[in-house]
Amino acid sequence: MVKEEQEESSNRPDNTAFTQQRLPAWQPILSASIVIPMFVLIGAAFIGVGVALFITSRDIQLQELDYTGDDSEHPCFKCRTNTEKCTCSMTFSIPTLFKGPVFFYYGLTNYFQNQRKYGASKDDNQLYGDLNYFTSPSTDCDPYTRDSKNMPIVPCGALANSMFNDTFTLSHTVNGVQKIVPLDGKGIAWWTDYNIKYRNPSITPLINAFNGTKKPTNWPKPIYELDTTDVYNNGFINQDFLVWMRRAALPDFRKLYRRITHDDYAAGLPAGNYTLTIAYNYPVHSFNGKKKVVLSNVSWMGGKNDFLGIAYIVVGSMCVVMSIVMLIVYARFKFGEDD
Amino acid sequence: MLRRRLNRLFGGDEGRVHSRTIYVGHKSCPPNEAYIPPKFCDNRIVSSKYTVWNFLPKNLFEQFRRIANFYFLIIFLVQVIVDTPTSPVTSGLPLFFVITVTAVKQGYEDWLRHKADREVNEYRVSVLEDGRRIRKMSAKIKVGDIVEVEEDETFPCDLILLQSSRDDGTCFVTTASLDGESNHKTHYTVADLESDLQYLSATIECEQPQPDLYKFVGRMHIYRNSQEPDVRSLGPENLLLKGANLKNTQKICGVAVYTGMETKMALNYQGKSQKRSAVEKSINAFLLVYLFILVSKALVCTTLKYVWQSKHDETWYNEKTQKEKETNQYLKMFTDFLSFMVLFNFIIPVSMYVTVEMQKFLGSFFITWDKDFFDPEIQEGALVNTSDLNEELGQVEYIFTDKTGTLTQNNMEFIECCIDGFQYKHGDGSSELDGFCVTDGPVNKIQQKAGREREELFLRALCLCHTVQVKESTKQRQDQNDQFDQIDQVDGLGLDHGFLDPPQKEMGFIASSPDEIALVKGAMRYGFTFLGLESKNMKILNRNKDVETYELLHVLNFDPVRRRMSVMVRSKTGDILLFCKGADSSIFPQVRQEEVERIRMHVERNATEGYRTLCVAYKHLSAQEYARADADLREARLALQDREEKLMAVYNRVETDMILIGATAVEDQLQDEAAQTMEALQGAGMKVWVLTGDKMETAKSTCYACGLFKKNTELLELTLRTLEDGGRSREERLHDLLLEYHKKAVQDAPPVKLGITRSWSVAGHDYGFIIDGASLSMVLSSSSEPNSRRYKNLFLQICQNCTSVLCCRMAPLQKAQIVKLVKNSKGNPITLSIGDGANDVSMILEAHVGIGIKGKEGRQAVKNSDYAIPKLKHLKKLLLAHGHLYYVRIAHLVQYFFYKNLCFILPQFLYQFFCGYSQQPLYDAAYLTMYNICFTSMPILAYSLLEQHICIEVLLEHSTLYRDIAKNAMLRWKLFLYWTALGIFHGLVFFFGVRFLFSNPALQDNGQVFGNWSYGTIVFTVLVFTVTLKLALDTRHWTWINHFVIWGSLAFYVFFSFFWGGIIWPFLKHQRLYFVFANMLSSVSAWLVIILLILLSLLPEILLVVLRKPRGPHARQIAAVTPLSYKHLKERE
Repeated sequence: MVKEEQEESSNRPDNTAFTQQRLPAWQPILSASIVIPMFVLIGAAFIGVGVALFITSRDIQLQELDYTGDDSEHPCFKCRTNTEKCTCSMTFSIPTLFKGPVFFYYGLTNYFQNQRKYGASKDDNQLYGDLNYFTSPSTDCDPYTRDSKNMPIVPCGALANSMFNDTFTLSHTVNGVQKIVPLDGKGIAWWTDYNIKYRNPSITPLINAFNGTKKPTNWPKPIYELDTTDVYNNGFINQDFLVWMRRAALPDFRKLYRRITHDDYAAGLPAGNYTLTIAYNYPVHSFNGKKKVVLSNVSWMGGKNDFLGIAYIVVGSMCVVMSIVMLIVYARFKFGEDD
Repeated sequence: MLRRRLNRLFGGDEGRVHSRTIYVGHKSCPPNEAYIPPKFCDNRIVSSKYTVWNFLPKNLFEQFRRIANFYFLIIFLVQVIVDTPTSPVTSGLPLFFVITVTAVKQGYEDWLRHKADREVNEYRVSVLEDGRRIRKMSAKIKVGDIVEVEEDETFPCDLILLQSSRDDGTCFVTTASLDGESNHKTHYTVADLESDLQYLSATIECEQPQPDLYKFVGRMHIYRNSQEPDVRSLGPENLLLKGANLKNTQKICGVAVYTGMETKMALNYQGKSQKRSAVEKSINAFLLVYLFILVSKALVCTTLKYVWQSKHDETWYNEKTQKEKETNQYLKMFTDFLSFMVLFNFIIPVSMYVTVEMQKFLGSFFITWDKDFFDPEIQEGALVNTSDLNEELGQVEYIFTDKTGTLTQNNMEFIECCIDGFQYKHGDGSSELDGFCVTDGPVNKIQQKAGREREELFLRALCLCHTVQVKESTKQRQDQNDQFDQIDQVDGLGLDHGFLDPPQKEMGFIASSPDEIALVKGAMRYGFTFLGLESKNMKILNRNKDVETYELLHVLNFDPVRRRMSVMVRSKTGDILLFCKGADSSIFPQVRQEEVERIRMHVERNATEGYRTLCVAYKHLSAQEYARADADLREARLALQDREEKLMAVYNRVETDMILIGATAVEDQLQDEAAQTMEALQGAGMKVWVLTGDKMETAKSTCYACGLFKKNTELLELTLRTLEDGGRSREERLHDLLLEYHKKAVQDAPPVKLGITRSWSVAGHDYGFIIDGASLSMVLSSSSEPNSRRYKNLFLQICQNCTSVLCCRMAPLQKAQIVKLVKNSKGNPITLSIGDGANDVSMILEAHVGIGIKGKEGRQAVKNSDYAIPKLKHLKKLLLAHGHLYYVRIAHLVQYFFYKNLCFILPQFLYQFFCGYSQQPLYDAAYLTMYNICFTSMPILAYSLLEQHICIEVLLEHSTLYRDIAKNAMLRWKLFLYWTALGIFHGLVFFFGVRFLFSNPALQDNGQVFGNWSYGTIVFTVLVFTVTLKLALDTRHWTWINHFVIWGSLAFYVFFSFFWGGIIWPFLKHQRLYFVFANMLSSVSAWLVIILLILLSLLPEILLVVLRKPRGPHARQIAAVTPLSYKHLKERE
C-alpha cells in the first residue's frame, strides 16, 4: 500500500510500520507513582474481600462427628472389626439453631482416592450405558474386571468396587421422642454427571440389562438395586454412586451425603439433642483411615474455609505494607535525584 | 566441509598425484594404441538429498539425530511401552507435528531440487559424434564427448574450449551463477588445433576434480600423423565451467573433462559450516540443569513411592493385578522411574526449539526488510545468509575489519604521480589547494619537469601495464569491433588489489581491481588513452592523437606474494619492453638503486596522506633475453605440478634489474560515516582491529581518519622497521619490544574493571598497537615452543589493552589466524569479521559472525558471510539496534521458556506427595499437550519478535547501552537462578494455594464438592494466567500484535476449556474434564483463589520492578538492563 512511490526498485524493502519495526506501541512504565496507588487500592480491596470472607466463613456452622471407633469407649468400637452387619449410634447436641439448608457430608481420611491406577480403574462406556461394554469391560478395570468365575463385573473397576456403603439416619430428640430427620438424597451430585455423563441402559426393567454380568465383589447388592424406590436414582445415575465416582483431590476428603431440605427443617436444625445411627460397613481400619460425618451449612463461598479469608487479608496487608515501603524508597530516591 | 575450507585457505591441494586422462572424442590416442574407455561418472547432477524410496527413513533419521527430537522420541516410546500416567498422544502429538512440519518443508525443498535437477539433466545438448551433431540429454554426456554450446546457453559440464566461432579463438562467459560476478570473462581455445574436430586426435591429462573455481592445470597431447605428440598447456583460461553462460560468441565446441557431480560447480555445492551462537550454548547448559532436575524429581518420587508403599500395605480398595504382583521388584522400580520421567518430561520444553527456530527465522526478516540498509547505489538491501546468529550480533566484543572496500569505498581516484622524482598533480579538482601543491607547485601537463621522454614512457607504462578491458559500447554484438583484452585473472587470493571484478560501468573500463582503472583513467587525463586489445595488439592513443600499437607478448600476473605485475610488449620498432608495477616494497629491490631514494620520498609522503601508492618500472629486453624468458614461461606454463611455484620463479627472474620510472598515488575515499560508525562501535565497548594487506603508512592514516587512532593515542609499533632498530637480532628485539609494550600497556595501566562497566579509557592513556605481517608471523611461530606461547600471550594482552589494533601487510591466512587467536583467548570473546573481498573470506569464516560488504570486489565475501550489508555504516544499526534487540529477545525467550515449564510441572511433582506417588497427573492430558503449543506459545513468540525494551533511536544514540548486555549478560547463571527461583515460587504458590482451598472441597454454594480434576484445572488456570501476565509485565513495547496474542491466548484458553469440557468426546476413554471448567467458574471461591494466587505470584515482580528503578549517571536518560529484563525508556524530560 505504501508501494506506489517506490516502483523504481523491486529490491527496496517495503516501508511499512511493521517491516520497519515501527508499529505504534504502548510503552507502559510501571513507575512508583502508578504502582503505589495501585497497590493501595488492591490492598484495600483485598482486605475488604478478606474480611467479608472471614466473617462469612466464621458464621458457617459445622458439626463434625468422628465415628471410626478407634477408641474403645466409642459406641462404634464394636463395629470396627465386625464383619457382620453392625449399627452403632452417636448422640450429639446442637446448642443453637443450625441454619439451613444443612448439608450432610461423610468424610474419609488417609484414603487415596486420587491414586492413578485406582482412578483409571473404571469403564466410562459402561457407565454411559453402552451394553457392549457390559460383557467385555475395559482392561483398565483390572483386577476388578471379572469375578472368580470369569463373569464380567458391571460396573467394573476399583473405583466402583470400593463405593462407600455406610448409611446414616439422623434423629432429633423432641420431648424425649426420637424424630427421624428426613434426608434428601437428590441434588448431591453434579447436574451434568447425573443428566449426561452417566446413563442407564435404555432397557426396562433395568435388571434385564445386567443379564450375564456380576455385581462388584465388595457390593452387597447389584447396581440396579441401589435405590429400588426411585428409578431416577437407581443404576448408574444413583447419586451416591455419582458422588463416589467423582474422585477426591486429596487423601483427606469429604463428600456430600444428603441434604436436609424437609419442610420441618428448612430453616435449619433446631437446637437440641440428636442421634446419629450408623450402619457401619465400610472398613477403614486396615489403612488407618478415619470416618466422620460432617453437618454444615454453606454460604455464597461454599463450605467453611478460613484459608481464603485469611489469605486475602494477608495479601491485602502485604500490598499496603509494600506500598508504604515503596513510598519511602521512592521518596528517598526522588530527593536523591533532586540533589 | 573441512576440505573445502582447507582448499580455500591453502589454495587447493596441488600435491595430488593422480591425474586423469581424457580421450577427446573417445578416440584411441595415439591411434594405434588400444582404446580403453576410462570410467568416469556421468553428467547427472543430483543436488537432491532424497528419493521417493529413502525419503521417509532418511529424513526421519536425520531429524532424530537432533538431540531434542531424539529425547522426545524416547519419551514417546516409553509411553507406548510402559504403562505411564499420560497417554503417548500427549508427547507423540507435538513430536509428530514438529517432525511432520519439518519433513514436509524438507520434502518440498527437495522436490524443488528434484525439479531443478531434472530440468538440468534433461536439457538437450548437441554432441559431436563422428562428425555428426547428435542431440542428447545433458545427463548422458560422458567425459571425452565434444559438446557444442550456443550463445546464452549454459555449459552442461566442465569443458576444455577447443573451438570458438570467433576469429581470435576466444569466447566470453559470465559466471554469475558460480561466484556472482556478472562481468564478461575471456576464455581461450587451445592453440593450433585442427579446424575440423572430427579429425582431432588428442588426449588431455589433467588433475582430478577439485572445487577451486580458479584453479586448473592440464596438458593436452595432440597426435598428428604418428609424430611425437604436440603438447599444449591448459589452464583455467581454457576451462569453461558448468553453470557459466556463453556470451557474445555464437557457438563453441569443447571437450568434457569433468561431468556431473565432479564438476567444479557441484563440488562447490556444499553447505557452509554451522556456527553456533553463545545463546545456543547457554540453552544447552540450561537444558542439562533441567534434565538433572527432571531425573532427580523422578528419582525422588520413585524412592518415596517405595518408602511409602512399605508403610502402606496394599489397600483393599486398590489391589494390584495378578501381573503386577508377578513383576520383578526392580523392573517395577525401573518402570516407575520411567513413568515419573514421562510425567515430568514437560519440564523440558518441546516447543522451545520450534519457537527459537521460528523466532530466528522470522526475526531475520526484519534485517532484510530494514530500509535503512537499502543502498540506492547498488539497489540492494541487507542479506541474511543464516538466521542462527541474530542474537550473536548483540554480543560482539571484537571487530576485525578489512580496510580497502570496508573502511574505505574502494572507489579509486587517481590523485597524483611522480615521474623521476617530480610531482605531477592533475589540476581539475577543487581539493587542489592543499599543502603539497603549494610546496611543489601545481603542475599540469604543459609544465614539464621531467624529461618529456621519461614522462611519455611513464604514461605508456600506465597504459600498457594492466589487465583492464574496454567495455563493449552497445549490447549488440559487434564482431568486428570487439575490444577485449584481459587475461582472466581472477585469483581467490588477491590482496589489496582484490581480484574479483565487479562491473565497472563508468567510462567503459572493466578490470579486476579498481586501482587499475584509476591508473588507466589517470593516464587518459595526461593524454594517453588505452583503446583496447585486438588480437594480441594493444592500442593506445597518444598525445598527438596517433594510435600506437604494441604486441602483447606476455602478462606476468599479479599475485599477492610478489605483489607486482608485469607485461611484456613489442613495440612497432621491434623493441621488447617489460613494464612492471607493484607495491614499493616489492619494486624497490628489483630496480637499480639510483632512482630509488628520490621516489621513495614521494611514495612515503603519499602513503602518509592515506593514498595507495604503486611504483612503475620498466626494462628493455634484448632478443636473447626475451627468447630465454619466453621459453622459461612456456615451459613453466606447461608444468602439471607446482605450476605456480615454477611460474613465480620465472617471474622473479625476469623482473629484475629494472629501471624505476615513477610512482602513482590513488586515493581511496573513506566510507560514508566511517568515523561515526567506528566511534559508536567503540562506545559500545567493542574493540576494532583493522586487518589489511595494505602498507602501514596508508593503513595508519586511514585509522586516523576513521578515528580509530586519536591524537592522544600512543602508538605501539611492532613492525619490521622497529624490529630492525638497535642493530640486534630481530628475535631479541621482538622479545624486548613485547616486554616493553606489555609493561606500558598492561602493567602500568590502571586496573580495568571488567564486567558491567568495561570502560578502558577512564583516565590515562589510550594505546594503539600496530603490527605487520612479518612481525606477526615471528610472534606466532617463534623458534622455541615456550617462547612462542609466551609471545602469543604477551601479544594478546597488549592488544586487549589497546583501544585499537592495526595489523597491516597481512596475508588472508594471517587474518584468519589473528581472528582465531583472539577467538580462543581467555573468556572466548565473540568476534565479528567484516570485509568485502575474497581475501577476507578466511576471516569471515573464522569469526563467530562474518559480515560481508556488498562492495566492488565481487561476491565472494558476501557469499561466505553470515550477513551482508551494502555499506560499513550499516554495521552500526545492525549491531547496536538489531543485535541488541535480538539478544534481549532471545535471552528473554529462553529464560521465560524454562521458567514457564518449571512452574508448569512443579505442582504436578508436588501432587505426587498427596496421591501416594502414584504418578497421577494433576492436569488433564489435553492441558499437558496444549500448554506449550497453544496456550503460552504465541505471546512469547510475539514478544521475541517485536519487543523493543529500548526504542531503536535511543539504542543508536547511546551506544553504551550495548555494554549492558555484553558477555551474555542476560543468560548468566545468576539470572538463570533468579528465573528458576521465580518458577519454583510460582509453582509452590499455585499448588499450595489450591491445596489449602481444598482442605474443604465443598466449594459450591449448593454444597457439592470438587474432585481432583477441578483441583488441577484451578491450578492450571492460575498457571496460564500468571505465566501470560508475567510476560505482559515484561513487555515494554505493546503493539497491537502483542495485545492480540496475549489477550487472545487467554481468551483462547477459556474458550478451549469450555469447549473441551462441554462435549462428551467419543474418542476419549475417560471424560475427565466434562463440565469441570464450567463448574469451577460457578464457584465464587474458585474465582477468588484464582485472583488471589495470580496477584500473589506477580506481587514480588511488580515490587522489584519499582524498586529497581535505575540510579546512577545514566538513570535520567536510560535505564540499565536489570536482571528482570526490566528496562525503562527514556524518562520523559
